[in-house]
Amino acid sequence: MLNNITIGQYFPANSVIHRADPRVKILLTVAVIVILFLASGFVALGICAAFCILLILLTKIPVKMYLKNLKAIWAVLLLTAALNVFYITGEGDPLFKWKFISIYTEGIERAVFIAVRIFLLIIISSALTYTTSPTELTDAIERLLSPLKLIGLGGAVHVFAMMMSIALRFIPTLIEETDKIMSAQKARGAEMDSGNLIKRIKAMLPIMIPLLFSSVRRAYDLAEAMECRCYNGGAGKTKMKQLHLSFRDFALVFGVIILLASVILLRIFPIVLF
Amino acid sequence: MDNIIELKKVVFDYTDENDLPVSVLDEISLSIERGSFTAVLGHNGSGKSTMAKLLNGLNKPSSGTVTVNGMDTADEKHEFEVRKTVGLVFQNPDNQIVASIVEEDVAFGPENLGVEPKEIRNRVDEALKSVGMYEYRTHAPFKLSGGQKQRIAIAGILAMQPECIVLDEPTAMLDPRGRSEVIETIQRLNREKGMTIVLITHYMDEAALADRVVVMDGGKVILDGTPMDVFGHVTELKSVGLDVPQPTELVTLLKADGVDIDTDVLDVDQCVEVLVKALHLEEK
Amino acid sequence: MSILKAQGLTYVYGEGTPFRIAAITDVNFEINEPGLYAVIGHTGSGKSTLIQHLNGLIKPTSGTVFVDEKDIWSKNEKIRDVRFKVGIVFQYPEYQLFEETVRKDIAFGPRNIGLDEAEINERVMWAAKKVNLTDELLDKSPFELSGGEKRRAAIAGVLAMRPRVLILDEPTAGLDPKGRDVILKSICDYQKQENAVVLLVSHSMEDVARVADKVLVMNGGKLQMFGKTAEVFSRHAELCEMGLNIPKVMQIVSALRERGADLPDGILTVADAEKAILRLVKDGGENA
Repeated sequence: MLNNITIGQYFPANSVIHRADPRVKILLTVAVIVILFLASGFVALGICAAFCILLILLTKIPVKMYLKNLKAIWAVLLLTAALNVFYITGEGDPLFKWKFISIYTEGIERAVFIAVRIFLLIIISSALTYTTSPTELTDAIERLLSPLKLIGLGGAVHVFAMMMSIALRFIPTLIEETDKIMSAQKARGAEMDSGNLIKRIKAMLPIMIPLLFSSVRRAYDLAEAMECRCYNGGAGKTKMKQLHLSFRDFALVFGVIILLASVILLRIFPIVLF
Repeated sequence: MDNIIELKKVVFDYTDENDLPVSVLDEISLSIERGSFTAVLGHNGSGKSTMAKLLNGLNKPSSGTVTVNGMDTADEKHEFEVRKTVGLVFQNPDNQIVASIVEEDVAFGPENLGVEPKEIRNRVDEALKSVGMYEYRTHAPFKLSGGQKQRIAIAGILAMQPECIVLDEPTAMLDPRGRSEVIETIQRLNREKGMTIVLITHYMDEAALADRVVVMDGGKVILDGTPMDVFGHVTELKSVGLDVPQPTELVTLLKADGVDIDTDVLDVDQCVEVLVKALHLEEK
Repeated sequence: MSILKAQGLTYVYGEGTPFRIAAITDVNFEINEPGLYAVIGHTGSGKSTLIQHLNGLIKPTSGTVFVDEKDIWSKNEKIRDVRFKVGIVFQYPEYQLFEETVRKDIAFGPRNIGLDEAEINERVMWAAKKVNLTDELLDKSPFELSGGEKRRAAIAGVLAMRPRVLILDEPTAGLDPKGRDVILKSICDYQKQENAVVLLVSHSMEDVARVADKVLVMNGGKLQMFGKTAEVFSRHAELCEMGLNIPKVMQIVSALRERGADLPDGILTVADAEKAILRLVKDGGENA
């Protein structure tokens, strides 16, 4: 039921992108997101799309997995597209006019543009989480934030990273558990999808309370298990996986620089298709 | 005798929410011999989980002493050395896995100990190989079976290179396949690597595989000996809510019925042999 | 009259995704009389999927479930009513407890049925008694109980709905022998007193041999065997191939038979074996 959610999941594979330095991947993802917002016009967006497609092909993860995300966000896509279609007014005559609604070519163009942009945003961030294990991700964030150690925030950075990594580790476990508790309560005749708002919130209690209790128990167990494995808050901790930049990281950076350059050039010298 | 762990007159108690004292362990003295395989049996609430946590200093005794390689577990300065020497594996495999990737989880212990990255890699690979999970090193633990997860938890302890592993009902949440995977792993570590094993369980068939069985009830040790010695006490075991392996139970019952039969039996094959003799089947 | 019937039940989980898990294919069986039926099979054999079909928690990809000869997914049946007729106790049911008191928690099911307060109260007391929970425990928070007591409280929550068909998924998992015996006894009592159909999913062949009248064997998503307990366990070799075993005492008996001992069929427990062997010893004595 709930285990169809793939956003934020990691798919182990042995691709160039998987092996790239997670710090580089995080920074480049942020860069591509900025570039997507810089892109103006369909040519620039097309180049961005081509770049994203090339990238997801390189991840060796089935394209289907990326498309599945569409399912989760189609409502958002549709809404933004619709807003644009109805609100943008263009020059010249509208394509369609009925009472107070008028649709212009510009509106449709804008709607398509925004929808593609959102979709690319989702794809590029999925590519990051699909190819980077939560531990790598948090480890990279910890290192990217390491300048904060200089102002005495080293402990806080470690705790933040540890919390994030444990949260990510337990998300699938908790989803599974929620599913089980839901089935058990339904078997006792619980109704979860009918009635007014208050009734529905009340109907969630038989799920939320057991979930809360079991999370507390898990947290307690996990803390003991971590103590048994000599965890002491990260002091003197080493890392099995050392991060070092390699040729593939520079190649990725180079690719993104080219992308950035072409998008900026297109802003200065726009090519208009229609 | 060379003992790795020694408990001397260990008492463990606490006060409940009504400020009433609850006694969990009552003057227990016990020593664990280096390289041995000891099973601790007892029903739920017999104090056996408390005992597990005492063995690596997670619990400190209310009175009496617990020493690991001569180090007092109550002494803060030995804390890490004790935990590194005696590793603890818990019942619920899901709640002791820290990382989202198998090998990263196994690396957690040595990373905390500040081991060199290259050395961690070696330890992780070796630990995963000795529990038979090396080919799963890049998998997400979430998708593995209970038995596999429990073996990863064992690998996580092995990577700290302990001398003794204490397992607190490691098979209670597993299916029969998972149970035998874990038990075979434990037996192999004991036989091939000379690892000291303390297995806390309420499955009699698992306890029968140990060199020594310690039975606990009401915070005390009530029986202590080889599996053969201990399982001979069928009525005592049943009276504290424990079972006896079926083969042992059958021959003990027959003996009580007046049949002339040898009762030194733990498994099916031994039982068949003594019954063949008692029934004079070969001669017919 | 058939109480529970599965016809051509097939289910495929998440087809075409990496999450494709155990499925069941063309499962057919019919239960016509009350009794204790064990469901065995190793993890991934489709047992859990099968039982969730029987009270409509999962809708089959194809095939039909009949309860009291009515198709549970037909338009005139309400699926929620089916769940009151077919109760399921899931694995580790103690994790579903949520009310402030044990009493209220046991009352959750009966209240959902829509019974009046007097009837709810009566059912709670009745169910608590069935699983040996004392009155003083009823007003405690479920989170204050011991592991075994929590388990029994959760089972009482399903018993209180007085289901005609009661399904339990490994109700004794993780319990010590004492806790296990109390629960098995409650289940057997419920079956007899209510004249119910009880389906017991179990990994413990010893428990199955002790309490089950009939056994369903699942393997690779298919129903491989369905018959009397002694009959099913007599097919030792086939069970072994499916990764299942028979109780040790039955292994002993079958080995003795191979060595020429004249032991009767239908030995399931240590007590049965003891009796049969004693008889053999006595006969041997007389012959000699």
